[in-house]
Amino acid sequence: MRHKPAIAPNIPSVSADPTVEVTMTVNGQTVTRHVSPRMLLTDFIRHELGLTGTHVGCEHGVCGACTVLIDGRAARACLTFAVQADGAELRTIESEASEDGTLSELQKAFAECHGLQCGYCTPGFIMNIRAHLESGEKLDLSDEGIRDMISGNLCRCTGYKNIVAAVRKSAQHFNRK
Amino acid sequence: MKPPLFDYCSAQSVQDALQKLHETPGALILAGGQSLIPAMNFRLVSPSTLIDINRIPEFRKVEVTSDGIVVGATIRHRDLELDAAVHAANPLLRLALAHVAHVPIRNRGTTVGSLCHADAAAEMPMILLLTGGSVMAQSVSGTRTIPAEEFYKFHMTTAKASDELIVSARFPALPRGAGYGFAEFARRRGDYALAAVGAIVSCDDSGIVTDARLAACGIGSKPVRLTAAENALNGRRADKAAMAEAALATADAVTAPDDTQVTQAYRRHLLAGLTRQVLAQAVSARKEAIA
Ligand SMILES: Cc1cc2nc3c(=O)[nH]c(=O)nc-3n(C[C@H](O)[C@H](O)[C@H](O)COP(=O)(O)OP(=O)(O)OC[C@H]3O[C@@H](n4cnc5c(N)ncnc54)[C@H](O)[C@@H]3O)c2cc1C
Ligand code: FES
Ligand code: FES
Repeated sequence: MRHKPAIAPNIPSVSADPTVEVTMTVNGQTVTRHVSPRMLLTDFIRHELGLTGTHVGCEHGVCGACTVLIDGRAARACLTFAVQADGAELRTIESEASEDGTLSELQKAFAECHGLQCGYCTPGFIMNIRAHLESGEKLDLSDEGIRDMISGNLCRCTGYKNIVAAVRKSAQHFNRK
Repeated sequence: MKPPLFDYCSAQSVQDALQKLHETPGALILAGGQSLIPAMNFRLVSPSTLIDINRIPEFRKVEVTSDGIVVGATIRHRDLELDAAVHAANPLLRLALAHVAHVPIRNRGTTVGSLCHADAAAEMPMILLLTGGSVMAQSVSGTRTIPAEEFYKFHMTTAKASDELIVSARFPALPRGAGYGFAEFARRRGDYALAAVGAIVSCDDSGIVTDARLAACGIGSKPVRLTAAENALNGRRADKAAMAEAALATADAVTAPDDTQVTQAYRRHLLAGLTRQVLAQAVSARKEAIA
């Protein structure tokens, strides 16, 4: 019996899984790719499209780092197969800033309120809050209400106080528009 | 972690899904994927085939009539929660749905999927039991209605056969003039309940309880009716003493052993406290209904 694996002569760089074709709109652009049915939407966005702003924390729906908008609603990209998004309209964190790099008001509010440190969780927070802002529902901007809104996103460094302030600031700005 | 290989089939019609389910050993239905995909990511389940029912138009509807709410198989928790007609017919649904995970998960997770998943701590199976609801199971050989009390067998185990698809669930409307309440305790917002209790209390004109219904989840291997507490209320005035007695009568309903989160004794205290809360809610809701 071998105890040490030998270096394989040639590992294929492309998965041997059977694939299906999917087409969707991502941040306004139509993309078509061939994917394995087991490819998670997170991996599709990151590895097939190269949009690495969508982060992966837990792959079981708990941390919220992978939150994206699917047809306008916040959803966990780690709990969706890419094939299921065939025909869908997707928005990721890359849709926030404009072409020249100017941050969105929501991103600015996070920066100004010191709502992030390492930034790992931030794309998920932003996409979740974006969906709330655009939902047309009346938002409860009390501390309790905002904490409920962001309860599905975990941040391991900033603490939530500044994030709550950032949400409130961006919501006030959004309402004035 | 990443899910194992499977064949994917996006069913275009109910018949298509049923046929595929019938002829494919090891196939599972994919609804919202909010329980199934995490389980696959952990490799706790590895279905041969996933039959995705999300593109079947018949499943995307909610019907509200004077006697109940019929929820199609792909209606998301969040749609049900925000539906004004559903809320008017039975406010318990919205109260409980607000405790199911978080909005991004409720945006995709389906209520029928949750009923099928049958986590013993899940809110909606308990609401189905509390309201006296049922599910409609269909296979290539026919259709049957399964009442909630027969549907739930054990943790993540239901009376559904492997070739059956649950096409809809029916939640009866709240009885006219009845009081209702719901309360839950979980360590973190959106977690499954350590315990949750729901109540529906009907009284006659003189304030005597004619029908008390209480159910709980998180306390055993499936959602349960709190019959001893119900018996402590039926035929009496729902005053403080009766409610306290009912709360005490819930103790034996807790069958979950000590676990990594809490002890059995803790759950008993919790259940009694939650029962008192929901009964107080139910009594004040009934007063409002009469006023
Ligand atoms: C972080 C997190 C927290 C959560 N917290 C809670 C919580 O507090 N309370 C709670 O109740 N739930 C919670 N959930 C689970 C959530 O409610 C799921 O949406 C639900 O349990 C399953 O619904 P689904 O549509 O996603 O089903 P899926 O994941 O698609 O399916 C679940 C199971 O049911 C079967 N199934 C689904 N639909 C049918 C059908 N129509 N006919 C036959 N079989 C079917 C599937 O084959 C599978 O075995 C949580 C999930 C996550 C990720
Ligand atoms: S990676 Fe999707 S919720 Fe954590
Ligand atoms: S800023 Fe580091 S996890 Fe939130």
